[in-house]
Order: sequence, then structure tokens, then C-alpha cells
Amino acid sequence: MSSLPVATFALVGNPNCGKTALFNALTGGRQKVANYAGVTVERKEGLADLPDGRRVRLVDLPGTYSLRARSPDEAVTRDAVLGRLKGEPAPDVILCIADATNLGLVLRLALELKSTGRPVVLVLNMIDIAERQGIAIDTEALSRGLGAPVTATVATRRRGLEALLELAADQVGREAATPEGGWREPTAKEVRDAHRQARDLVRVAVKPPSRPDTLTGRLDSWFLHPVAGVVILLGLLFLMFQAVFTWATPAQDLVEAGFAALGAGAAAVLPAGWLTGLVVDGLIAGVGSVLVFLPQILILFLFILLLEDSGYMARAAFLMDRIMGGAGLHGRAFIPLLSSFACAVPGVMSTRVIDSRRDRLTTILTAPLMTCSARIPVYTLIIGALIPNRTVGGVLSLQGLVMFGLYASGILSALLIAFLIRKVFWRGGSEPFMMQLPDYKRPEPANLARNLGQKAWAFISRAGRIILPLMVLVWALSIWPAPPPGAEGPAIAYSAAGRLGRWLEPVFAPIGFSWEMVVALIPGMAAREVAVAALGAIYAVGGEDGALAGILARQWSLASGLAFLAWYVFAPQCVATLAVVKRETGGWLWPSVMFAYMLALAYAAALLVFRGATALGLG
Amino acid sequence: MPHDSAAAADGPVLRLGEAHPGDRGVILEVRTPPAGSTGGVDPAELELRLLEFGFVEGAQVEVLHEGLLGGDPIAVKVDDMRVALRRGEAMNVILAPEAV
Repeated sequence: MSSLPVATFALVGNPNCGKTALFNALTGGRQKVANYAGVTVERKEGLADLPDGRRVRLVDLPGTYSLRARSPDEAVTRDAVLGRLKGEPAPDVILCIADATNLGLVLRLALELKSTGRPVVLVLNMIDIAERQGIAIDTEALSRGLGAPVTATVATRRRGLEALLELAADQVGREAATPEGGWREPTAKEVRDAHRQARDLVRVAVKPPSRPDTLTGRLDSWFLHPVAGVVILLGLLFLMFQAVFTWATPAQDLVEAGFAALGAGAAAVLPAGWLTGLVVDGLIAGVGSVLVFLPQILILFLFILLLEDSGYMARAAFLMDRIMGGAGLHGRAFIPLLSSFACAVPGVMSTRVIDSRRDRLTTILTAPLMTCSARIPVYTLIIGALIPNRTVGGVLSLQGLVMFGLYASGILSALLIAFLIRKVFWRGGSEPFMMQLPDYKRPEPANLARNLGQKAWAFISRAGRIILPLMVLVWALSIWPAPPPGAEGPAIAYSAAGRLGRWLEPVFAPIGFSWEMVVALIPGMAAREVAVAALGAIYAVGGEDGALAGILARQWSLASGLAFLAWYVFAPQCVATLAVVKRETGGWLWPSVMFAYMLALAYAAALLVFRGATALGLG
Repeated sequence: MPHDSAAAADGPVLRLGEAHPGDRGVILEVRTPPAGSTGGVDPAELELRLLEFGFVEGAQVEVLHEGLLGGDPIAVKVDDMRVALRRGEAMNVILAPEAV
């Protein structure tokens, strides 16, 4: 039965309490992800069915320790709970999600939520882990003491979901006793009092674990060890980049073969002429040359998701804090910067967790230097074409090492730029670093699969929406206008793309770029990986046969290839990133600054590499 | 030397910012940081953040780990929760150390 939702439940809780897993379990696939109007805080909304068939709306809010918002992220949680968001009524019921193994902080939050006057239900999530540790929770006593109903769930095993929805539906329309004037920011004394009240509640209702979790402590003695911890972190990152190269190969070969077969099939069916050229050279070759990187991108995301879900990411932030702090970055900047390895757009958006504007701007300006997944196609193509496929010391692939080097240059230059920004432009202390280190958890395969599926779909639909139309344009510009009769040389030299490339060539000649490379840079402005597809189309139209990597190996010198790689470490070639920076900083000033400094760095780096490599005889 | 129980409050105290892995104790006081010590953040705001992370009078604290460079930041167990923070901020948390 489909019907309009009868009520809205908001999910509020501390970070790492399994809130999103519970939201996923309750709503299944029926969710939409969008942004809140005016702010780029992700908004997840979904539908769930009550046992009686009525339907409710669920809203997943950003994790917080308090309604006293410190960052844009937490402000959304506060405003949503208080019904201050435009076009968003206050929720009918607040579901306060608690990690059942650790109730101390969330009970204080629950008390604060109650002061809004909205009905609150306390949800003891991950109750199975608490039971395994021998924690006994007297829900009756807890409910009496808190003055709110309490229920237990295991989101990952779908335990207790119906009971939760039923209990919450019963609360619709009930108003709790509100203090005069409703919610206001608590004072330090009130926070202390609430803590005392929460601690008394725990003492009455919770029997401490008889088999406490020792795994987290044992793992931390390695992962947070001052020396071993850093070695393990570097090892994990190194393994991640080696895996991106070696594990993805079979799947990539399959995608490549599939698109080659598709192209051959299309060429056989379609009549000879410009249409075949468009479909085979432009669309199939272009989109195929980008989709072939899907396996690598999925492996990268899989690593990042595993690190996040297992609880390791917070340890990485701990280990990196001092190094990043030395460069003037905030410890919390580690998470936006690490997300930027996937894509700078979510990376820039996740800087919202940093509340100091200066720290946030420094992070935003350096985030695009992290090697995003859109650079992987460019890097792997050039590396595969020009760097010999052999091992170093018997185990390490040379190609993997070069890739690691490219990532390392991105990271080191980001640290250097941040250092310069903080020393030259904004002096002064940075904001405090305080972060929960959650217990380690086994990542949930269903959750991983869902997230990975979303990433894969985002990449594929991006290939359809952005790359496909651009490829049609590149293809059209590279065959039109046709060469005059009796003209010599390849037809592409007479086309609009060829002319543009030749016109810009003198600017790029000092850094060793040929006109084909220059042409590829232009559509690459929209999305970096399009440069690869564009190179494919340019050489295909130009009459070169065979795999693109083989063509590049014949046409490019090693020095030019290395300069192209150096260019891509820095080049600000991504309209989406510039757009999100404009939105996040509220104007064109910062995206302009970013574009200018990255372009200058890209040119300088490519020049240095090209001259250096030529001097070493690699030209 | 005779000591009455009132003198216990004047007993040894340890700033969490100066503690090392293995040190433990009960929080005697969470201070409002001195002006100018908190970078871009209001001292009252930092005190509230410490409180919201569970650094509150009476909580049991144990230092678990410290970073490589300068022993900073530190990882501590506050009651049942593990928290990472920098020594600078931890200076505002005063412990009654427990003999190990």
C-alpha cells in the first residue's frame, strides 16, 4: 500500500553510533540524498512502513555531541530538530540513537533533546555487541529516569526495527514538558549538571561489562604506537596504491575487451561515414577509455570505506595530527583531505566539520592537490604507456612506485602550500583538536556493498552526463572543418581542434607538450579524466591504430610524459571543484585564487620536470 | 606528619596535558582556559567542548597513547570512551593522580 507519510522521525546521535546503518535498515533502498537548501550539508531522507501499513518519513541528521552547533554540519542538526529550516517542519518524534556499549555522552544529548519539547525515543543500537560484552541495561529503569521510552535494536541484523517504529509512532502528538522558552544553549554549569544526571542514570540502569572489549585496546597498542603506528599507516596507504594497480588489471582487461567488441560490432552494423566515426571513435572509444578505470576507482573506494567503517580512520587522523599541525592544518583536516583522494568535491564539502574559517579555507585550498580518482585514468594511461613494467627489488612494481610518487608529491605540496598560507598570510594558533576514537568494528558487507554501489553508479552516470557530450564535441571539433582537397598530412591538423592546439602550442612548447596534448587539456577542464578520452579520440581520428597506450609509447618522449604527469599533479582542471569552492566560500575570490595558484604551480612543475628529464637524456 | 582529610584536596595534582601513557586519575577540575591560550577559539567555548566530550569533574581518566613528535596529541580513556586531544587543550583538565 503506498500512501503519504503520516509523520516525520529525525535520527539524531553521536558520531559513530551506527545511526546511518540504522537509517539504511529502516528505509531499505527507498532514500534520497540531496543537499539542504542554502548549505551543502548532505541530507538523507527515506520512507519506512509502520507495522500497520502507514508510512513515515525518516531524516538522517549529521552526528553531533550537542545541539550547541559549532560547525555548519551541526547547525543543520540543530535547525532541523528545532524546526528552523525553511520548508522543513520540526520532526514529530526525535529518535536519539545510542551506541549501547557507551551510553555516557549520548544520555546527556538525550536530555538536551528532551528540552526541545519534542517527543524523544532513546534507541540502544548495537545491543548485540553490548550483550556480548556482558553489559546489562535495565531499559525500564533507564526509561523512567530519562522520562522517555527506550528500545533496543541491531541495525545490521534488522533486530528490533518494527518495535522501534511502533514505539515511535505512539509518541506522535505527545508533547514533553518544555522548559520556559524552549531550547537554548546550555551554560557550562548546565552541561556539568546534565552529565551528573546522565552518570546517575548509568549507575542505576547499566551493569558494567563483565567481558569488556579488549580488542580495541590491543589493536590500538599497535595502531597508535608512536613508531609502529606510523609504519602501519604508511604500509596501508602503500598497499592501497599497489592494489589499485595490480588487482584491477583483470577487470580492466575485461572492460577494454568489451568496449572493443562493442566498437567492432557498431562499425559492422552502421553504414560507413561520419555517423560510424561519431559512434565508434567518439562515443564508444571515448566512454570506454574512461569506464576502464572503474575497477581501480572501486578498489580505492573499497579501501577508504573499509578504513572508515572499521574505525581506523580516526587513528589515522590521530597519527597525522602533529604532521598536519606542523604544516598549519588542523587534525580534522585529515578526513576531508583523505576523501579528496576519491574526489575533491566531497572533500571540500566535508571541510564543514572544521569550524574555524581560516583552518577551513586552508584545507579547501589544498584539498584539490590530493590525487583524486579522476586523475587515476590520466596517471595510469601515461605510466602504462611510458614506464617499463618491471619490478624493483623483486617485489615492488616500478609503475606502482611511480604512482606512489605522484600521490606523495600531491601530499607534500599540499603540506607545503598549507604551511606557506599559515606562515605568510594567516598567522596565529589553530583551533583545538578533539576527536572520539571509536571502538573497532568489523565492517558490514551489506553496508560496504551499498556504498560501493552508490560510488560506482555516480562514476558511471558522470561518464554519461559529462563525458559523453564532451566527447561528441571533441570528436566534432577534430573532424571539422575537413581538410581542403589535395591537402597533405593528417586531416585532424586542419580541424578546429587541430588549429586551436597549434595556436596554443607555443605557450606549452617550453614544457614539452605537443599540440595533441594541448587539445586534450581543453575538454579536460570540465573533468580531468576526459583528457584521456580526448587523447583517444584525437589519435583515433588522426588515423593512429591500436590501443591508446601503444600510440602514446610511440608518439611521446618520456620527458613529455613525465611533464604531463607533473602538470596533472597540480592543474586546477575540474569545473566541479571550482564550483563547489565558490559555493562553500560564498564568492568567486577563493576559486579564482585556487585556479591561479594551481595553474602557476602546474606550469612550473611541468617545466622543471621536462627540463630536468631532458637534461638527463630522457627527451 | 599529621594530615587531615581536608588536606587531600591540596594533595598532588596532575595536569592532563603533562601526563604520560599509563598515568591515570580522577578529574578534579576542568578549568576555563586562560585568555589567549586557545588560538582562534573562545576560552569558554573550549571549556564547553571539553565538557561535551566527557571531561567533567569526577570522570575517570587514563592516558593510553601519545604521538611520535613531542608526545602530542594524546589518546585518553575518559570513563568508557577513547578520545584524542592535543596537550595544549588537555592542560585545562586537572587530575588527582592515582598510584599505579
